[in-house]
Amino acid sequence: MKYEKSFLLSLYRTMLTIRFSEESFIAPLLDGTVRCPVHLTSGEEAIAAGISALLTPEDKVFGNHRSHGHFLAKGGSVAGLIGEVFCKEAGCSHGRGGSMHLIAPEVGFLGAAPIVAGTISLAMGAALAHKIQGSDAVAVTYFGDGAAGEGVLYEAMNFASIQNLPLIFVCENNFYATHMPIRETRKKDTIYESSLPFGIEAVREDGNDVLKVYEAARRAVELCRNGKGPFFLEFMTYRLRGHVGPDDNIQGNHTDIRPPDEVAEWRKKDPITRFRKYLLETDAVEQKDIDVIDLDVEKEVAAAHQLVRESDVPNVKELNSYVFKKTVA
Amino acid sequence: MSSKKRLLNYALAINEALSQSMAADDSVFLIGQGLKSPWYVGQTCTGLLKDFGEQRIMDTPVSENAVTGAAVGASIAGMKGIVVHPRVDFMLYGLDPVINQAANWYYMNGGKASVPVVIWGIINRGGEQGAQHSQAIHSLFAHIPGLKVVMPATPYDAKGLMAAAINDPDPVVFMDDRWLYGIEDYVPEELYEVEIGRAAVSRKGDNITIVASSYVAYEAMRAADQLKKEGINVEVVDLRTIKPLDKNTILQSAAKTGKLLVVDGGWQSFGVSAEIAALAAEHIFSDLDMPVKRLALPDIPAPASQHLEKGYYIHCDTIKSVVLEMLD
Repeated sequence: MKYEKSFLLSLYRTMLTIRFSEESFIAPLLDGTVRCPVHLTSGEEAIAAGISALLTPEDKVFGNHRSHGHFLAKGGSVAGLIGEVFCKEAGCSHGRGGSMHLIAPEVGFLGAAPIVAGTISLAMGAALAHKIQGSDAVAVTYFGDGAAGEGVLYEAMNFASIQNLPLIFVCENNFYATHMPIRETRKKDTIYESSLPFGIEAVREDGNDVLKVYEAARRAVELCRNGKGPFFLEFMTYRLRGHVGPDDNIQGNHTDIRPPDEVAEWRKKDPITRFRKYLLETDAVEQKDIDVIDLDVEKEVAAAHQLVRESDVPNVKELNSYVFKKTVA
Repeated sequence: MSSKKRLLNYALAINEALSQSMAADDSVFLIGQGLKSPWYVGQTCTGLLKDFGEQRIMDTPVSENAVTGAAVGASIAGMKGIVVHPRVDFMLYGLDPVINQAANWYYMNGGKASVPVVIWGIINRGGEQGAQHSQAIHSLFAHIPGLKVVMPATPYDAKGLMAAAINDPDPVVFMDDRWLYGIEDYVPEELYEVEIGRAAVSRKGDNITIVASSYVAYEAMRAADQLKKEGINVEVVDLRTIKPLDKNTILQSAAKTGKLLVVDGGWQSFGVSAEIAALAAEHIFSDLDMPVKRLALPDIPAPASQHLEKGYYIHCDTIKSVVLEMLD
């Protein structure tokens, strides 16, 4: 499989933008400058990057509690993300949402919400809208392995299937639902197979290999664009940070219950390190191409932090803005 | 525009609002369980499938949570979805998309995306259907910031409020009552809206104010008509919209008559009647001749036996006797 150099570098840039943005929150989380709950996606960047490379702004994406990467990969702005994590007016949700409520309708990222599995049906609604409108756009719902315990996933698979909706179910299986290892929550760990009785084609793939993600998603997107959805993708991955916060389950304390050996093993499979190595070893790109992007992204994230630092906090006099779009006079 | 007066029943008034709104705007669609069956939805959906097809009139599997979420999600994505729950009791399975998602979406996203969805729940009580086929939970929705709640009592308002709910940019919970479906009234043939957030003074009077909504407003109007023959002038404020509540109309009427009876078809504790009594106590206490009186469902699950139902539900006669007690 031969890919254009510019395409490969754009995948690399997307993943790196997510990683640098995420890691830029570590210091402010530890010193308390960032107060809202932050679910970092470091280690899982390849999934959003690979999928979004296939999407247009017409395609709709709904995220979850861990959606910084989904937002950025779909085209959400770095400053919009950082501003929202700091709950500033410059945030994409003007400081009303925080880290868990990111939105960029102009690029088709229609929102994120932390109620586990709560946005699956919303993405299904977007797919339904596309079908009614006769558009060939698709909808993507991102959820974790924990969401496989929620009934609405199965309701949605059934409904999407009987309606042939252009909906791509993307399960990012990182083996833990907060603290809970998947082996304690299910008899069988093959979540993707849950879609088979509903007549939905499903694939499980290495979620830390961006090109494998891209190829799996390409088939899903093609089928959905041609009225042959839905499709179920399960990507195996691992978070390099805690469920919430830098490296733990309670911000500020080191309470990660995952075995250190396991964490170390997955560190070796870091999707960005792997992709960089692949690009260089196959001579697809040169070191200087990588260096340019590394420096560029570092500057972009730093500039976004600067912009957010200088931006206003939300005005308490506007506490009641945005309750209703249409208020009674 | 027709100037001829035309009688239409409540269910068909809703049907006309749906049909005309869908004809006027391609982005309107209806989804829910039982759309093909009058047993579920009465006459409200008559002819819609034939006129608008299965893409826009979607009868669904029994999956309230996903189906409600689909209507919400489609509405975030540019459509105007209407999701119907033919019995309110079953929509409890679909509360997450309503309360967590739709109600909060506009606020928590800083005004970037509103949710022009209609959550339509039909209260379907009586007939010995028991506790899980009879519940009126409008107070629960009215408690939630970000939701609007409407409860029409007349065919005219049923049509106008459904049309307004469909075109409102915010999520609207539309609750109607099967007991009202057969009531006839003059309903204009053209499409019109009744403004959300405005109560109606449906009977003028100066002896006492009754505030009510939906079927108990209808019963209150009957009570007022009967009491008028006895020389008692009851002012009936039909809320029409539960939230946002039209405080001015309620308080002005109660301050004028000095006597306030609040009637509600939901349970008494922590409900609409409590809210209105509290508003009166806060704002017009000194204008009242006597304490506010409430008449609502007792804090008891709906019984099945018709003999128990008689003691449970509020009818015109109950309202009349409470009014007479208050004026005694």
